[in-house]
Amino acid sequence: MADRYVPTIDQARSLHRQMIRIRLFEEHAGALAEAGKIPGFIHLYVGQEAIAVGVADNLRTGDAVTSHHRGHGHAIAMGADLRAMYSELLGRRTGYCKGLSGSMHVSDSSIGMLGANGIVGAGIPHALGAAFHARYRGNDSVAVAFFGDGATNIGVFHESANLAAVLGLPVIFVCENNGYAEFSPQSSQSLIADVADRAASYGMPGEVVDGMDVCAVHAAAQRAIARAREGDGPMLLEAKTYRYYDHQGVKGLRKSYRSEEEVEQWRNRDPISSFEAWLDTEALLDHGEAASVWAEVAEEVQSAASFADAQPEPDAADLMAYVYAGG
Amino acid sequence: MPAASDSSRELTYVRAFNEGLRQVMREDDDVFVIGEDVAGYGGVFNAFQGLLDEFGERRVVDTPISEMGFIGLGVGAAIRGLRPVCDLMFFDFLGVALDQIFNQAAKLHFMSGGSMSVPLTLTTAGGGGVSAGPQHSQSLEAWLAHVPGLKVAMPATPYDAKGLGVAAIRDNNPTVVVLSKQLLGRRGPVPEDLYEVPLGEAHTARAGDDVTVIAISRMVGEALAAAADLAERGGPSLEVIDVRTVQPLDSATILESVRRTNRAIVVHEAVTFGGVGAEIAAQIQELAFDYLDAPVIRLASPFAPVPFSPGLEAVYFPNAGTIAEAATRLVQRTFA
Repeated sequence: MADRYVPTIDQARSLHRQMIRIRLFEEHAGALAEAGKIPGFIHLYVGQEAIAVGVADNLRTGDAVTSHHRGHGHAIAMGADLRAMYSELLGRRTGYCKGLSGSMHVSDSSIGMLGANGIVGAGIPHALGAAFHARYRGNDSVAVAFFGDGATNIGVFHESANLAAVLGLPVIFVCENNGYAEFSPQSSQSLIADVADRAASYGMPGEVVDGMDVCAVHAAAQRAIARAREGDGPMLLEAKTYRYYDHQGVKGLRKSYRSEEEVEQWRNRDPISSFEAWLDTEALLDHGEAASVWAEVAEEVQSAASFADAQPEPDAADLMAYVYAGG
Repeated sequence: MPAASDSSRELTYVRAFNEGLRQVMREDDDVFVIGEDVAGYGGVFNAFQGLLDEFGERRVVDTPISEMGFIGLGVGAAIRGLRPVCDLMFFDFLGVALDQIFNQAAKLHFMSGGSMSVPLTLTTAGGGGVSAGPQHSQSLEAWLAHVPGLKVAMPATPYDAKGLGVAAIRDNNPTVVVLSKQLLGRRGPVPEDLYEVPLGEAHTARAGDDVTVIAISRMVGEALAAAADLAERGGPSLEVIDVRTVQPLDSATILESVRRTNRAIVVHEAVTFGGVGAEIAAQIQELAFDYLDAPVIRLASPFAPVPFSPGLEAVYFPNAGTIAEAATRLVQRTFA
């Protein structure tokens, strides 16, 4: 089912801009981390933009996503405010989590972004809960669980996939297979080449999709989401992709675990440049227009980062303010 | 507070819990129950008996044996605004689901800067004394009480099984309700009305003068039996405090009592080392040191798994006899 989504001009421009917003947000976040301005860990989504954008474009108000440690892309694709994102990454009070959580845990439930998560696989069952909630309320909202190939070897993935299938929940499992669980290749983690094959063992459909092609992701997600909305239960999509930077940070390569050639091969299939080439061919957006989008987004990102950098750090009183919910 | 008219009605501990849950479910459509054999079978300890018939499959949901999965589902549903009651069949199964409890449910309110909350109740059956063996008899409340963001209720009576259960479900935080397996069939007065026992308020189960016995769950009954026995024999007068919740812990009630009696024994089923009793003892010596006439004693279980063989299990746990003996020795200052 290797069909591709054919966007209208407005849709195409929106997908294009969203991918660039993620790309430049991440590139700048990487630079800030290198400069020592972002404390702690940072896991960049660069290279995987087509997946978050291609899936999220099919979602609407009331839908939800759960994410993982590499979660900035999902938040931005869901419509997160870049100023609150950077504020969180910098540990500032105006951050999405008031500076209490950091890069790995950005969430904004008001836009259906239920959280990045520092524990591999842990966000997956939360998507089941959101889907359960939708059905409980009698509406046709759906939930998407994003996770990596590494997460498909942890128990909670299997429990969640089976449980979602048994309960017939409107969940779309989106495996972003970037080929590496931290520093270990997928081939050392599992004896099957396609994670999508696992779907059969839960009695749900599985499908492999090119994660570097936003239109392919979009089409596959559209089908999976439509069947979930219609009450036909969960589905597993595996998007083959690649992360350009290291597991953590930009270049913290103590040891090489992948070749320059491999990185280069994937970069040659860059989701944004390949989409731009197609847009140009289809006369939906020419090079000059594309260049102005990059410039506008660069300005937006720079402005969001500057805003964040001027914000105050949390007060000591904030430490105990959110341990327990009141009321 | 309960009406005087129904103060004489008695229910078993597990029926009392069930009644509270049922009443909250009638009042609030957002409350649902999920777990293994909670629907068709009504829970292996009958805690969920009759709920499927009354509320249907939408609100009473059986799952595969996937505690991490369905508790995680509960966390997600709670974030979205429902009030899940997730049943972890035995307290000992905590390990297979722990991440969803201590890293997810406990932390998401904090981690979202207060914008999300997790009003999830986790019910479970803890404690030993029924020859359930080392993997079905534990009291692991100290693990949970150690985690900021969780609340832990340990009802000792049918009245509290209902009232603490109701309070837990209505609370906006993840709250674990540990039902004691040995107490499930124990009868006691339970008002018919829907009521709450507030989380974080200890109960002075018996007033006394010489020794404060701070007890958890089933040990409250043992402490009361010890107090009655000593009173009959003209021994030391025991004040018995039922902590009701180990997180939050009502330190004020404990300290007020110890400042009067000047002696304290903490008693629970969990092993002594690193148990909640150690925390209580530490608080007493930090905050009431000058009032103490004797060391604070912890009466709890030896540092071994809970044994299966009935005779061995009987000597494993503290009981009314060991509590009475400890209190007597404490007053006589004959502890080593």
